[in-house]
Amino acid sequence: MNFFSTIKLVIRTLLARKGRSFLTILGIVIGVAGVIIIIALGAGAQSLVLGQVTKLGSDLLSIQPGKSNEKGPPAQVFGVVVTTLNEQDEAALQDSGRVPHATAVAAMVRGRTSVTWGNKNVDTSFVGTEYTYPKVVKITMQEGQFIDQAQDRAAANVVVLGSAVAKELFEDSGTDPIGQVIKVKANAAKIKGQAESASVPLRVVGVITPRGSAFFQDQDDQIFIPVIIAQQQLLGIHYFQAIMVKVDSSDNVSQTILDVKTVINQQHHIKREADEDFTIRNTADAINILSTITNALSLFLTAMAAISLLVGGIGILNIMLVTVAERTREIGLRKAVGASNAAVRNQFLLEAGTLTSLGGFIGIILGIFVAYLISLLMHALGYDWAFVISLTSIILAIGVSILTGVVFGLYPAFKASKLSPIDALRYE
Amino acid sequence: MNLIKVENLKKDYINEDVVTSVLHGVSFSIEQGEFVAIMGPSGSGKSTLMHILSFLDRSTGGLYQFKGKDTKDFPDDYLATLRNREIGFVFQSFNLLSRTSVLDNVKLPLVYSDKKNQDQLAKKALDAVGLSHRLEYYTNQISGGEKQRVAIARALVCDPAVIFADEPTGNLDSKSGNIVMEILQRLNNEGRTIILVTHEQDTANHAKRIIRVKDGNIVADELVKTRTIASDGKELVK
Repeated sequence: MNFFSTIKLVIRTLLARKGRSFLTILGIVIGVAGVIIIIALGAGAQSLVLGQVTKLGSDLLSIQPGKSNEKGPPAQVFGVVVTTLNEQDEAALQDSGRVPHATAVAAMVRGRTSVTWGNKNVDTSFVGTEYTYPKVVKITMQEGQFIDQAQDRAAANVVVLGSAVAKELFEDSGTDPIGQVIKVKANAAKIKGQAESASVPLRVVGVITPRGSAFFQDQDDQIFIPVIIAQQQLLGIHYFQAIMVKVDSSDNVSQTILDVKTVINQQHHIKREADEDFTIRNTADAINILSTITNALSLFLTAMAAISLLVGGIGILNIMLVTVAERTREIGLRKAVGASNAAVRNQFLLEAGTLTSLGGFIGIILGIFVAYLISLLMHALGYDWAFVISLTSIILAIGVSILTGVVFGLYPAFKASKLSPIDALRYE
Repeated sequence: MNLIKVENLKKDYINEDVVTSVLHGVSFSIEQGEFVAIMGPSGSGKSTLMHILSFLDRSTGGLYQFKGKDTKDFPDDYLATLRNREIGFVFQSFNLLSRTSVLDNVKLPLVYSDKKNQDQLAKKALDAVGLSHRLEYYTNQISGGEKQRVAIARALVCDPAVIFADEPTGNLDSKSGNIVMEILQRLNNEGRTIILVTHEQDTANHAKRIIRVKDGNIVADELVKTRTIASDGKELVK
């Protein structure tokens, strides 16, 4: 009996038992698709969470004023204003002899304000920073340029808009934002001698490409202005709220943290660690913490996937057990009319193989399709959801389902091959 | 040369150290072209004897020569080949594949042979039992008598040396049974060896020779004096 006639025989047998074939395939489809969807969901969620952090770069240090507990927030979160971080500190950090692995340093202050152009008025947050900011945080310009060194040093009245702000102010009138002058409201209560309605006119020099959110904060709803303007004209302060340091490689992050500590402690004449008035945060730590969480999530989802495979497998087992008597008699008959044990085994192996590979194929297609639909849905809801199908999940799903199908499909064949033809024929 | 020759053939079943002897050593021979009925009550060992003769089971002692060769050392796969080429089976309970057409059922033994023109061979066999008009019917759409005729066609299709019929009329009404016996007699007239297993004297009388088995021994081996000729089947073949 050759391979081709075995295939013909198998197809005929499967078609003669459509219901059973369908249910077996269904069991495998559910198992395989379930595993692929669940693992893709885990990977997507992981990418969403980690993406929020890695957008800032994994080699970024942020020095914030105020001491904090090991893992707790810096003092300023509790309303304590610490004013000790200043431009001398920043200058010291920029000294490549003292902090050799720092490639860029940018100071920052932040606040809320409202901006006006013509009759448009938008509430947004502002970031006062320096020309080095693009070297520290990954941004690309949609139009124009970021604040350059000359504008930064001269505290020029310029502004760079986040894409959402630019859209809200200029889209309706179709005006090109570059060169337009917008008015930014000052925080009048804090700046002595200014009228209540005081505002600062700023010329737009650039618009930043949409970035989505990082740490679940919309990065496009922001404006960037020279740090001196922000300090003196909007906030009325003389200190920095943060200094960000970009490290040349993530391997050097821990060394640089020590360097930065040394420099600032010298600047602030601090001798004991307990007296430190600043906190250094780095994104690598955040990534580690989040990875721990998302890995636990993945593990949980893998367990769910295993359960879904098990359910599919039990479905197949049920169908096989229900038909084992009928199949054993069929094997007895086939042996009576001249089938060798090998011919019977080949037939059952090929039959189980056909069912499982068909089910596996449909399951993969269905799983990928559903995972893709979910990623589309997540994008539509505004999340940065990655569509990830891992090869491992496909291999795992197929491996387990083929194993189930073949083991349970061959079970009656092995059982019957141990019986004499007449015992198989009379099997009840 | 005898087609089948057994000497002192024994069969014991061993079940949890209890040995049950079913055949105590039987001896006889069957020539090519004979029509033999093996007769006996339930539990006499007649079915066991048939299963050994048709290579569905093995004896536990004695000699069994098929076409002059001792079958004792034949491997399982060779027995499968023998069942395919030399033996045709007709069972009491038909043993047809369900949800499968009449034609495919008849072709089943051919699947395990290397014969060519399998469709023609199967149609020819169905023609011989008068079922050419039922080729595409499923086995659950035909009557019991027709099922047994499909089984006879399946037994014929590989052109075997001998056909074993195990209570072929046991599940049939007398009219259908008569048709089945008529077909078997006609096949025998055409030169084919038929071995019939039954417990009914009326059925056994269709054969030319009766071997009577009781409690695992042969109690009589005689020719049939007044043979029943089933003729009702003639109208059906036309």
